[in-house]
Amino acid sequence: MHFHRFEKIWLIFGMVSLIVFLSIVGVSAFAMDQHPSGGMDTIDPEKVEETPPFDDPGVRQIDEDTYEVVMIAMAFGYEPSQIEVPAGKEIVFKVTSTDVTHSFTIVDTKVNMMVIPGQINEKRYTFDEPGEYLVLCNEYCGAGHHVMSTTIKVVE
Amino acid sequence: MNSIIDKQDRKLALSHILVGYFAFLIGTFCGLLQVFIRNDAIELPNWLDYYQILTAHGVLLALVFTTFFIFGFLISGMSKTLGTFGPKTRGFSWIGFYLMVIGTTMTTVTIISGQASVLYTFYAPLQASGWFYVGLALVIVGSWVLGFSLIGHYIVWKKAHKKQLSPLFAFMTVATIILWVIACLGIVVAALFQFIPWAFGWVETINVELSRSLFWYFGHPLVYFWLLPAYMAWYVVVPKIIGGKVFSDALARLSFVLFILFSIPVGFHHQLTEPGIESFWKFLQVVLTFMVIIPSLMTAFSLFATFEITGRKKGGRGLFGWFTKLPWRDVRFTSIFIAMAFFIPGGAGGIINASFQMNEVIHNTMWVVGHFHITVGTPVAMTFMGITFWLIPHLTGRKLTKSIKKLAFIQIITWAIGMLLMSTSQHILGLLGAPRRTSYTGYNGNNVALEWFDGILSNHVTMAIGGSILFLSAMLLIYIVVITCVASPKATTEAELVEFPIAESDPGATPRFLENWWIWIGICFALIAIAYTIPIMDMIQHAPPGSTGFQTW
Repeated sequence: MHFHRFEKIWLIFGMVSLIVFLSIVGVSAFAMDQHPSGGMDTIDPEKVEETPPFDDPGVRQIDEDTYEVVMIAMAFGYEPSQIEVPAGKEIVFKVTSTDVTHSFTIVDTKVNMMVIPGQINEKRYTFDEPGEYLVLCNEYCGAGHHVMSTTIKVVE
Repeated sequence: MNSIIDKQDRKLALSHILVGYFAFLIGTFCGLLQVFIRNDAIELPNWLDYYQILTAHGVLLALVFTTFFIFGFLISGMSKTLGTFGPKTRGFSWIGFYLMVIGTTMTTVTIISGQASVLYTFYAPLQASGWFYVGLALVIVGSWVLGFSLIGHYIVWKKAHKKQLSPLFAFMTVATIILWVIACLGIVVAALFQFIPWAFGWVETINVELSRSLFWYFGHPLVYFWLLPAYMAWYVVVPKIIGGKVFSDALARLSFVLFILFSIPVGFHHQLTEPGIESFWKFLQVVLTFMVIIPSLMTAFSLFATFEITGRKKGGRGLFGWFTKLPWRDVRFTSIFIAMAFFIPGGAGGIINASFQMNEVIHNTMWVVGHFHITVGTPVAMTFMGITFWLIPHLTGRKLTKSIKKLAFIQIITWAIGMLLMSTSQHILGLLGAPRRTSYTGYNGNNVALEWFDGILSNHVTMAIGGSILFLSAMLLIYIVVITCVASPKATTEAELVEFPIAESDPGATPRFLENWWIWIGICFALIAIAYTIPIMDMIQHAPPGSTGFQTW
């Protein structure tokens, strides 16, 4: 197959940028541990409220610098509905759903988690700034999808 | 050769295109309602709700309009380049057509009657009426029957022309159908073994994560099923319109083969923020996703090379002189050129979306809505419009009059302006954090949510103005379709016939192995096996108890 000289230059340029892009993404993922939310733990979607840690949702301190937030999403809200977490500490969010698919999305942060029934999604995040953050559902979940929201208070 | 294709084949192709435009008419009207509902400017009667309209908008435009139009285009081109269909090909094509029509009708009825407000992604455990899934399955089966009848036509041609490479248009059609059939396997398995038994109550529960993965195994190549026919027009039709030739027959074929390979094993990049898939597999599919950049860059190079070579032949001088020599007054060219221009930010946005961590910033925000309006909504749709202007007159044997050409210009310019306003607004809103797929909402007057809509471009008014311009443009297009179907004067002489532009493509230097489909199908399945076997096995073996159905609308 004949490749024009300019086309060779163009494609080499493209492939080199491709390698650079993917290396940046790969290094930040696997060397610097920057992953999108995820997790392999499963749960019975009909027995969420009886299964730890979702039998006692809310904020829990794990050690000096780490807090765990356990959240249940359901049509059309979150349980618990109001929480308060400290700024500057690592927060481990764990979410699941008792009914359909939702999301747990904290506006102005990188926390944007799909909430799938039967699965437990996990994300680590540290708030730098105190304030009130809007949490909303960005996966269509039914007639009340557009009102499904809550807030998180981040304190010093 | 300005010969018109066979009358019966014309009828077949035209039927597809007209059903497509009927879906387009309803679908774009739904779109208009949406921008005004989001703006709180209108209230719907209580038998209709936002999510019903949104479902109809997605299904009718993204699935029905595209599929019918694409097959209308492929049928005409196959009849043009390989010759008139035999009775078997034609018979099976009609069966496929009617299956798709029945399927579409079933699905639309379930949506209108409020039993299927599940959006066109129909994520479980939202549970629509079983007939919604049966309807979708019939559309797919119909498209397979059509696809295989076109492949049958190709095989007949190959047998009569041993050792010859097929015409470029036919080659690309076969590649598109191979991609489509392999892609649909995911959705067919999900429909037959998961959704239909579950929605009719034959089984209690559904494996949600598996159904999502099967959907996206189909969902990403679906966008390439839309894009490849547009690329066919870019590669094969446009060079003829501007008076040039295909830049390189071999590279055109190679790029289509690469699209088959790299558009399927990549569905996880739509599922980056969800649990149930190991990070490693998500990342592997991100890498495979990015491979599609190579044939995309080849395509961009080939097209602009054709433009430059042709422009220089017409006397264009200097670095950019050739650019002014292109036939800008020819709406068949200008429409497709604007379509291509939209694909530059569209493609770049796609790279952002698939970039693993960066996906978290935009996932399920308005950005995504903006993204597919400047990919399928403009590059693909406007290419189809550019095809419509000459294909319908070609099929109806009518003239393309001056006044229709003028209207066509107004139509594409308004579409471009409307889309630019609406999609820019959607992209910005998405970056600010506004979610997609929501009816009118202020999140109880939350300040952050209210501020999203304060920008010069990122406000409801811009989106509504864009949406209104788009709707007017869509109605203008419907008018053009109707007039060129029934009212334009008949072409009486050979010279008046509107041609089907097929550019010359020299296969002299094209390696024969490019048309050995079994190689590419084999590699394609190998890549799919590598990318999907382990994570899918994992989803089945370590499945949580399944979900029962919910109707939350």
